Amino acid sequence: MRYSAFRVIKEALTGHKGWKPAWRDPVPAAQYDIVVVGGGGHGLATAHYLAKEFGQARVAVIEKGWIGGGNVGRNTTIIRSNYLLDGNEPFYEFSLKLWENLEQDLNYNAMVSQRGILNLIHSDGQRDAFTRRGNAMILNGADADILSTEDIKKRYPFLNTDDARFPIKGGLAQHRGGTVRHDAVAWGYARSADSHGVDIIQNCEVTGFRIEDGVCKGVETTRGFIGAKKVGCAVAGNSSRLMALANMRLPMESHVLQAFVSEGLKPVLPGVITFGAGHFYCSQSDKGGLVFGGDLDGYNSYAQRGNLPAVEDVCEGAMAIFPMLGRARLLRMWGGIMDMSMDGSPIIDKTHIDGLYFNGGWCYGGFKATPASGFAFAHLLAKDEPHPTATAYRFDRFEKGRMIDEKGMGNQPNLH
Amino acid sequence: MIINHPLLGPRDSAEFTYMGDARLMDRPDPDAPDAAAAFYDYAYLRDNPAGWHRELWFHEAGDRSWLVVTRNTVTHEISAVELASDVARAQGRT
Ligand SMILES: Cc1cc2nc3c(=O)[nH]c(=O)nc-3n(C[C@H](O)[C@H](O)[C@H](O)COP(=O)(O)OP(=O)(O)OC[C@H]3O[C@@H](n4cnc5c(N)ncnc54)[C@H](O)[C@@H]3O)c2cc1C
Repeated sequence: MRYSAFRVIKEALTGHKGWKPAWRDPVPAAQYDIVVVGGGGHGLATAHYLAKEFGQARVAVIEKGWIGGGNVGRNTTIIRSNYLLDGNEPFYEFSLKLWENLEQDLNYNAMVSQRGILNLIHSDGQRDAFTRRGNAMILNGADADILSTEDIKKRYPFLNTDDARFPIKGGLAQHRGGTVRHDAVAWGYARSADSHGVDIIQNCEVTGFRIEDGVCKGVETTRGFIGAKKVGCAVAGNSSRLMALANMRLPMESHVLQAFVSEGLKPVLPGVITFGAGHFYCSQSDKGGLVFGGDLDGYNSYAQRGNLPAVEDVCEGAMAIFPMLGRARLLRMWGGIMDMSMDGSPIIDKTHIDGLYFNGGWCYGGFKATPASGFAFAHLLAKDEPHPTATAYRFDRFEKGRMIDEKGMGNQPNLH
Repeated sequence: MIINHPLLGPRDSAEFTYMGDARLMDRPDPDAPDAAAAFYDYAYLRDNPAGWHRELWFHEAGDRSWLVVTRNTVTHEISAVELASDVARAQGRT
């Protein structure tokens, strides 16, 4: 069923009796061409592009809980393509272009809002670094704009630009960045994939891989064996656990990241702001809540909840640039488990086992990557070749010394 | 989280810096023939288990000792805290 304004009016006049479930609840078939493990944003996007762009008809997505219950439904919804390094920037710019046409592609309102993102600059050294980054973005076809303190005052009059400790000396703006309704991304991709024949199988946990003579033949699940010519894994924070079932050890640690939302307020914050002297970022949701976050808690965790020191640290960052936030009440806070890779960049690659493919290591920046990640993973699964924008996301880059380390932090995953 | 320091008693985990899997104490032999592969494994690959995990915590804002903490990554429960120096000595290191 196509969604349209006409449809909304028609349904309103006929008692909303014509709406149908947005996707089916199929019984798993015995065999598929491609099985995607993980019904998060990346797995569902992969299925959508496999069916729609690469003509794959027999595809299933297997999700242990319900789709959208993982990080895709827990993130702070920021999209941007403001990366520095060659291995990353073309990929994230490709993603931003896919976001710009996502709703037409999916026939689904994902509330893509290009309200702009502004990274604040607090020192001369930081201005140099952000100018360099802006130039790298422009060279890769993205938009970037260095704003002066006066420009920033006009847009965000409440910011304290003359603070003695952290004066605001300007900012790197990407006006095409913004936010997207995260749940709607999962639902929109699921609905579209389903309408192209993909089976979305929920409440079905993958508990093992059937590997014979170095070839993956399918997955063992809580609902029985499901055969597949190719298996693509996209389970984000659970990557190490899942791949351990194939005796693989990954260059990754799982860490908890917390996020926060305030009570609903009148519009105060038109775009996304990041604080450059600590780690704090904030945007305002369409319901009015200020959505914000900061650093990881910093220790390995699968708990989906964090501890108070990280809360304190985030709130200190908030009060440093945004003292008015201290008057708002906190409505909710939660955590998600991040697949923190050793260089802060993802992996989209084949494994050493034939027919087994991997997508992960998204750290806390994988939401913005959802469309390109799905597209590139579908490309790899369908054609056995990496997508041109994802050729650097290889497993062997750590061994070969080809890290993509945006922050220059080295192999300390809790610092990326 | 509260870490029960063997010398100082219960301390807030915020006083510590987390340094990852305690296996990092066992640095490979740089002169071994397979040193390159062993260091790749040491520097980059992790078990990253869901459940009990032995890990290094450095008491940066305290007595600057290194601890080996056995902690459950699913519940955050801590079952054992040892001085890393004791652990190393028990392995025969000086
Ligand atoms: C608090 C927070 C804030 C964030 N903010 C941002 C942001 O502003 N911008 C940004 O770009 N990114 C952000 N991120 C990161 C982003 O959310 C993730 O990188 C991205 O969502 C991960 O991909 P996914 O959507 O496929 O993951 P998920 O939604 O976690 O999907 C993985 C799925 O795999 C399933 N699964 C796991 N194991 C199995 C199994 N054995 N069998 C079957 N299924 C299994 C899980 O149940 C889950 O549904 C944030 C993350 C968090 C937690």
